[in-house]
Amino acid sequence: MIKTKKIKTPVTDDTISDLRAGDKVEITGILYTARDAAHKRLVQLIKEGKDLPFDINGQILYFVGPTPSKPGMPIGSAGPTTSGRMDPYSPYLIERGLKGMIGKGARSGGVIEAMIKHRCVYFAAIGGVAALLSKRIKKAEIIAFEDLGTEAIRVLEVEDFPVIVINDIYGGDLYKEGLKQYSSLNIHDIINCHPR
Amino acid sequence: MRRIHFNDIVEKVRDLCMEANYSLSKDVIAAYERALEIEKSPLGQEVLKQIMENARIADTEKMPLCQDTGLAVFFVEMGQDISIAGGLLNDAINEGVRQGYSKGYLRKSAVAEPVFERRNTSDNTPAIIHTELVSGDRLKIMLDIAGGGCENMAALKMLRPADGIEGVRQFVIDTVRNAGANPCPPVVVGVGIGGDFEKVAMIAKKALLRPVGQPHQRLEVASLEEDLLKRVNHLGIGPVGLGGLVTAFAVHVEIHPCHIASLPVAVNLGCHSSRHKSITI
Repeated sequence: MIKTKKIKTPVTDDTISDLRAGDKVEITGILYTARDAAHKRLVQLIKEGKDLPFDINGQILYFVGPTPSKPGMPIGSAGPTTSGRMDPYSPYLIERGLKGMIGKGARSGGVIEAMIKHRCVYFAAIGGVAALLSKRIKKAEIIAFEDLGTEAIRVLEVEDFPVIVINDIYGGDLYKEGLKQYSSLNIHDIINCHPR
Repeated sequence: MRRIHFNDIVEKVRDLCMEANYSLSKDVIAAYERALEIEKSPLGQEVLKQIMENARIADTEKMPLCQDTGLAVFFVEMGQDISIAGGLLNDAINEGVRQGYSKGYLRKSAVAEPVFERRNTSDNTPAIIHTELVSGDRLKIMLDIAGGGCENMAALKMLRPADGIEGVRQFVIDTVRNAGANPCPPVVVGVGIGGDFEKVAMIAKKALLRPVGQPHQRLEVASLEEDLLKRVNHLGIGPVGLGGLVTAFAVHVEIHPCHIASLPVAVNLGCHSSRHKSITI
């Protein structure tokens, strides 16, 4: 079994330095949600020299647009969206002190460079297990861009939210490492899982 | 002429949208079980178990399997001996989507136009509807929930006939490799070969509606599916892209006659949460 590291937000550089690609991590504390439309607005504010709607320093962004919450529930299903669409915006936020991002899928060279330079880690949550992940979210509140609906910025209070480190600050990349390990097999050893 | 009432279609589509987003069909669950037997990566195995647990929670609690409850894509087969009383077929389907996405607490992920304001339509309409007239007096409505993550990794190429089966193979493998972790593997790979530009895309998507792993009826196509699946799984992408032996549960190929000068090929990927349901009225 792979050991799990537990971290709390806001995150310090010490915490970030301890994380390596492939680590399983459980996060407790606050996550801020943002996806395409919110990122566009945040970066627009930075370019105009204006304040962001929350202090991003030491924080973790979760790329998610949840389903509507049923009565009595803090949130609906809430799994990660594809991070690549945030690539044009992420370096601006990383320069501002963002310490972590949670999404799914590979990041661009520019984002990885910014992460190494400014000490920020990229985590993946397991894509498509949104009902399961929502159980670790205890509270959710919209704090900015309410007009964006599912794309509004929410503060999430999470407990042991499960993620995996994809990119660490040392250049480690779990997607590349995982691929290398399992793409070097002999094709004749591959078993098809067709029901036959 | 058999009459089907507008409201009957609305109600059926409403329920179909909710069911498709909460509960996976048996063929998908069976594919998960087979994948777990084959997968060697410890992390991959763990991911597959979580995918199965997620399916259990969503089904029991009537929660969306994924936060991306998609655009609702319909393939409709309408018998020629049917008349719809009280309105148009497309209006009935869209009203069903409207009601299902609201009542079912599903995410509204449709924007009114693609490049100007991208304003959310707030009710997940319009649905994408493909209708085909067939013989008989039945109305078959097939729904595919198309999430953005995998839909964005789809690709189409007009090959030269000289590129042949090797060209097709290369294009399918390149498309899955390029998609990496984005489409939430293990995926179902829908492949269209033949037809023309729009037909090939349509059959690639329709291939995703087939029960997972059900081979094509034509032997040579079925063996192409087998061959492609082996090559796709040889990529090593694995469950959610963390490395492993199961990158795809299945490859479904559909073929169609085409022009003497053409060899169109399209690839449409379906995520592990393969949400498709159909009803016949």
